[in-house]
Amino acid sequence: MRTLLILLRKEFLLFSRDKFLPKIAFIFPCMVILIVPFATTMDVRHVAVAVVNHDPGTLSRKIMASMDASPYFTLTPVHSQPEALEMVKDGKADVILEIPSQFEKSLATGHPEAPHISANGVNGIKGMLGAQYVSTAAMQAIGSYMGMSGEGKVTVNYLYNPTLNYRDFMIPALMIMLLIMLCGFLPALNLVSEKETGTIEQINVTPVRTSVFVLSKVIPYWIIGLVVIGIAMVLAKIVYGLWPAGSLWAIFLATAIFILVMSGIGILIANMSATMSQSMFLTFFVVLVFVLMSGLITPVSSMPHWAQTITCAIPPRYYIDIIRALYLKGTSVAGLAPQYLALTAFAIVLNVLATLTYAKKK
Amino acid sequence: MKYSVPWPEMPPEMNKSFIAFVKKEVLHILRDPRTMIVALLVPVVQMILFGFAISTEVNDVEVAVVAPHITPAVEAKIDQLSHNPYFTFKGYIDGRDIDRTLASNEALAVIVFDRDYTINGKTQLVMDGSNPNTAQTAAGYLTQVLDDTSSSGLAPGVTILYNPQLKSAYNFVPGIMGLIFILICAMLTSVSIVREKETGTMEVLLVSPIRPVMIVVAKMVPYFILACIDLAVILLIARFALDVPLSGSLAAIFILSFIYIVLSLALGLLISTLVDSQMVALLMAGMVLIMPVMMLSGMLYPIENMPAILRGVSCIVPARWYIEATRKIMVEGLGFGYIFMELAILTGMTLFLIIVSVKRFKKRLE
Amino acid sequence: MDNNDKVIQVTNLTKRFGDFTAVDSISFEVGRGEIFGFLGANGAGKTTAMRMLCGLSIPTAGTASVAGYDVGRQAELVKRHIGYMSQKFSLYSELTVKENIALFAGIYGLSRREIKDRSQSLAKSLDLGEEMNMRVGILPMGQQQKLAFSVATIHNPEVVFLDEPTGGVDPVTRRRFWELIYQASAAGTTVFVTTHYMDEAEYCNRVSVMVDGQIKALGSPAELKQTFNAASMDEVFRALARNATRNE
Repeated sequence: MRTLLILLRKEFLLFSRDKFLPKIAFIFPCMVILIVPFATTMDVRHVAVAVVNHDPGTLSRKIMASMDASPYFTLTPVHSQPEALEMVKDGKADVILEIPSQFEKSLATGHPEAPHISANGVNGIKGMLGAQYVSTAAMQAIGSYMGMSGEGKVTVNYLYNPTLNYRDFMIPALMIMLLIMLCGFLPALNLVSEKETGTIEQINVTPVRTSVFVLSKVIPYWIIGLVVIGIAMVLAKIVYGLWPAGSLWAIFLATAIFILVMSGIGILIANMSATMSQSMFLTFFVVLVFVLMSGLITPVSSMPHWAQTITCAIPPRYYIDIIRALYLKGTSVAGLAPQYLALTAFAIVLNVLATLTYAKKK
Repeated sequence: MKYSVPWPEMPPEMNKSFIAFVKKEVLHILRDPRTMIVALLVPVVQMILFGFAISTEVNDVEVAVVAPHITPAVEAKIDQLSHNPYFTFKGYIDGRDIDRTLASNEALAVIVFDRDYTINGKTQLVMDGSNPNTAQTAAGYLTQVLDDTSSSGLAPGVTILYNPQLKSAYNFVPGIMGLIFILICAMLTSVSIVREKETGTMEVLLVSPIRPVMIVVAKMVPYFILACIDLAVILLIARFALDVPLSGSLAAIFILSFIYIVLSLALGLLISTLVDSQMVALLMAGMVLIMPVMMLSGMLYPIENMPAILRGVSCIVPARWYIEATRKIMVEGLGFGYIFMELAILTGMTLFLIIVSVKRFKKRLE
Repeated sequence: MDNNDKVIQVTNLTKRFGDFTAVDSISFEVGRGEIFGFLGANGAGKTTAMRMLCGLSIPTAGTASVAGYDVGRQAELVKRHIGYMSQKFSLYSELTVKENIALFAGIYGLSRREIKDRSQSLAKSLDLGEEMNMRVGILPMGQQQKLAFSVATIHNPEVVFLDEPTGGVDPVTRRRFWELIYQASAAGTTVFVTTHYMDEAEYCNRVSVMVDGQIKALGSPAELKQTFNAASMDEVFRALARNATRNE
């Protein structure tokens, strides 16, 4: 126990004396939380529509006027489909709305010629939602001018994020991303740098137990990680007004377990690599896989089935479920028990592996 | 008299020693097979994983149902839903369990059938709105299925251009390329230079008769080749594994990527002049750089949605221009004419980075 | 001498890496308080042998006991009773002298009181004043080495292993370093030192010379010079190293 305290003191002294580490551990997270949420919006709030109107009648113009009044759309009338396509190519339009020449007349016949929508599919989500918005808006406009009730038979309620703000969805994700990077990169680099300078050998000839030494590497990042999450949560409250709907303790419990998982991985990587660049590449690989495949950015349910199976082996997947549920939905710990258990299992297995692979001797 | 030529001109033996330097660097990489394998393999594995997995397509929507009376009309609707490949029917639940079901991620949507559904056909959808896009898209799909009576043939037909199946790979492949190249190249160069600083071998190189700029260039050559191999493999994967059409000019992709790779190597060089330890170099190149490249380049999030300031910032993120141009060529099949601006900007950035870092590199020597 | 006075006992100790035999069945004994020089050219297997004795490397065959414990099976017990100083400077250069002392003394279980006493007596014997609160990294090389030695013996180990401790310093500084070694030896600590400075070999009570993984000569410097009919240890060493097949 005393040995552990002595080693911890050493870690903190070294951390605080580093020119760069304290900065990266604290300033970097603040910058990320303050800036990045403004960028990470997949909200489709503005759709640029090129309208090719072949119908000389008044109804089509009324429809256009009512759509133009909506803050969601910017309408640009063009003369031909090729011209509209050109706009899409140049990125000046997302969706093309084409109104057939017999549109208004055909309505009276009972066999209406429907308008046609073409959406740029390069950005799938934007194409899809843009087409959906334009379609709905056009239908409503037609309905109201034709004297029909614009209401459908289905009403939709959105729970947990009623304003459908993408930022609220991403802020917890960014906090997780910070933890993945800090608690993955730093312990690995720290350990490998001791390997490279040779100080680790000096420790290895002492009677320090492996488990104590590994703990002395894990605990500092554990504390740093918890502090960083705390800071990030306070910033999110002040700047974005976002505060967890669920229990704070539940969040910190999950975070504490998750950091153990990450630093276990970091130490495991350090044990496997002889040089800085090797450990860095491995960490880099792990971090990118964790960030991009865990559901942080794109939903796990959108992945192909084999990829969904892989995500079961990615610890942050469970942590993300927990944090998003606690932040936005206020789910109880009991409701998230499977995720907590999975994380704990990862933490135990990875740290045992880290201790076992840490070779004091060869 | 030929020795009266002033110093910066290349003496005849210079070429030879330049090649010797390149050889040394190549040997260095070959002797460390672990790093080399990782450098070659990591991008490929990432490309495959992310190319398939990063997707915003909404499918497999899990739906729970609240029905006060399970009438034949309700059953018919649910039968229709469960045969639709987009939906998975998770069973009937009690009206009081809606919140619990959604909060524990058991379902994304709950359909509440009206008491008089058989007569008025009304339903209410309760969605888990935490991911707005998924929620809205899923609600759109569900509405289409539930409300099949209202559209009397008026509903507009929809065509999706360029990416008819709305495959996410089309959108993300250029982004992944932009991310992988800049990070890998910057990491490799910065670390290789800083390591020589740390071990002191840089001093030895610097007292040799070769010009410092050449030392730097010699360091970049093997990594450039490594990155080009990566490029070729990644394009093959994109074309044959991910079915990205590569409909535009192949030459344009290569020229664009070459410039981008050089730019990334130069960025690594700049980092190496700013820091003194491998650890810091790696943190800068591997961690700090990820954020702007991933978040501000348009790789994941559309730039036009960002506030004006961040749109401005995104202009100095090289990946933004590379990704935009690659999308135009690979997905939209446009030619050289459409990417002139991006090419010009990337070239400008490359030159700027090289000049600044070489200047800084020289300054350190004095 | 009875067995209790044999602090190091090595019998047929062997280490193989694949089909390369780095240390080839060496045997020797070192008595308490002795200064034992472990000589050999680069690549002869000195460092590998020493790492086995310190419990950093597991022997492929043979046995060795240090301070009465088996290095293969009781490595952690061995570590309590030895000190080690590697050829690479390996104190934490970002920590101050005081902090390094406190760290290693603490690891060996010295009490706070003892740590304070040792620090003070070290400051006196190494002639460090202000420097006690300076970062180790900025001290001159010679002082760093003396400090590393003092830290390696801070817990009064039975044996201290020194791996080329005086690399890269001038003869005067080396001389001062050896004074520390004599003090430690006089206090009963056994000193096991590898070196390739042949003048240092003369300071040892006994030396062994390793060639190609094997011990080719063992005895006091005077005995060896007589056996090889040489004027200095340097000549002894050359005579033996001439037949070496390994290099670097």
